Amino acid sequence: MRTIIELNSLAKSIRRDIVKMIAAAGSGHPGGSLSLVEIMVALYFGDIMNHDAKDPKGKNRDRFVLSKGHAAPVLYAVLAEAGYISKDLLPTLRKLGSPLQGHPDLRKLDILEISSGSLGQGISVGIGMALAARLDHLPGKIYIAVGDGEINEGQIWEAALFAGHHHLNNLIVIVDHNGFQLDEANRKILDLNPLADKWAAFNWNVMVIDGHDMASVHGALQKAGQSAEKPTVIIAKTVKGKGVSFMENNNKFHGMAPTETELSQALAELE
Amino acid sequence: MRDIKFSKATRQAYGEVLTVLGETHPEIIVLDADLSKSTYSNYFQARYPERFINVGIAEGNMVGIAAGLAASGKQPFASSFATFLMSKGFDQMRQSIAYPNLKARFCGSHAGISIGEDGPSQMGIEDLALACALPGFTVIVPADEAAMQSLLPQVLEINGPVYIRTGRIKSAVIYEAGTVLKIGQASVVREGRQLTIATMGLMIGESLIAADLLEQEGYSVRVMDFHTLKPIDIPGIRYMAENSEAVLCVEEHLLDGGLGSIIAREVAKIRPLPMDFVGLTDYAESGTPEELLKHYGLHAVNIADTARKLLKRLRS
Repeated sequence: MRTIIELNSLAKSIRRDIVKMIAAAGSGHPGGSLSLVEIMVALYFGDIMNHDAKDPKGKNRDRFVLSKGHAAPVLYAVLAEAGYISKDLLPTLRKLGSPLQGHPDLRKLDILEISSGSLGQGISVGIGMALAARLDHLPGKIYIAVGDGEINEGQIWEAALFAGHHHLNNLIVIVDHNGFQLDEANRKILDLNPLADKWAAFNWNVMVIDGHDMASVHGALQKAGQSAEKPTVIIAKTVKGKGVSFMENNNKFHGMAPTETELSQALAELE
Repeated sequence: MRDIKFSKATRQAYGEVLTVLGETHPEIIVLDADLSKSTYSNYFQARYPERFINVGIAEGNMVGIAAGLAASGKQPFASSFATFLMSKGFDQMRQSIAYPNLKARFCGSHAGISIGEDGPSQMGIEDLALACALPGFTVIVPADEAAMQSLLPQVLEINGPVYIRTGRIKSAVIYEAGTVLKIGQASVVREGRQLTIATMGLMIGESLIAADLLEQEGYSVRVMDFHTLKPIDIPGIRYMAENSEAVLCVEEHLLDGGLGSIIAREVAKIRPLPMDFVGLTDYAESGTPEELLKHYGLHAVNIADTARKLLKRLRS
């Protein structure tokens, strides 16, 4: 297993891939991709998820669903690092004919678990996977990343109610709580607080962590899914645009690519 | 005049056939959104409780769960009223089912205005337009019990999503037990030369009565059951277009985006003919099924009236 230092160094390299691929595409969502990096790195490289790039559809695998599909760049960068796809593909993001669509597309990239992009659906899809695993007595856990803006969607709470009722303890949701959605800060549009209480009230096992402290992220993911009774939600407090000073908490970079100059500055900061 | 027999509703036939299929297909998982006694998915639940999931009144969540099951190699069949399933589950069908092209199956019951007294909020009259709008979907409307017995097992083999429409009231018996129908292939239920009535579901019985009425007046009328709206049967439409002088489409659905619009598009490409359309243009109201069909122009008498006008247009 990699050390926390090694995972942090990998996180930096993933961040470089993210800004480079979005810059090459000329469009994309850096803010919500950068906020999810430590979570994704811990899942794929911290011995959390049982996965194998040589057997991407293995029946005992754990599954990952990117419900907040606009963070596709962080998923692609991690999949390339893990050997599921060639790193040469990364600069083709969002280009005609590329398997790396603007939002994840199962038909174009069959190693994915599902297509996403229309918000609010990933937990329901993950529930279907969790139920299938339970019926077949498979060990697989289902990890789902949702955005904090995304949980405005009513379907999230339909799914939360269902998973709590059915004690889906193989279901782990990570809320990337970076505080912003497209238009503005969450608290100006729909205040989510008290967020932990909401999930607890739906009968979930709740953890609140610093989503950029690799040891905390890793520790929480290790503990997740160990409840015999409940699904787990990890509310990861994150910073939108994390790692690039001028993107941090700057909602301009929710859905905008860096210019050439900005890219150079970002890469310098991520050395 | 023919004596039309009525037998069990197609929703009940769905529940029965699905339960039989469950025996040999352990991958079938049935979901419902708190209407299992009305959609008859409760038959499956009674037999295979471990493979039945009642998601509660949450259609969007149900469609999403069906996607996850299908992505895990299961064969989900999710049911609710047609209007709730297709309208409330539409974005989930688009994003999580059609776009990844998953093998998930959906059954919308209580389609059309013939549900009666419950009124328009419960009537599925846009469901076919919505399902047909989704790329990769197969859309079928079995007319009666025999049609369900023939068509539903074929659904298991379709490599993509399927929408199945069923009705609340007893259905006119169109097919003898054991009749073989094929998904994607329309069925000629009555031969004739001048006019073809292209229809489906509950409207086949009404169309057959209308055809008999017209025959008494000297017209020769064919009735075809387009039980598969998508993919539409192009050879069937070619046969109809090349062997008719006019086509009348009849459906218990809004005219916008329904069977008539699909058939008109294909007829226009193959051999343009005079056409007319019987269907709905607005929300209906409460009443008995019989009253509603008459009031909203879907009764055999209304169909015969429209057909007569179309045939007279040909002569002038």
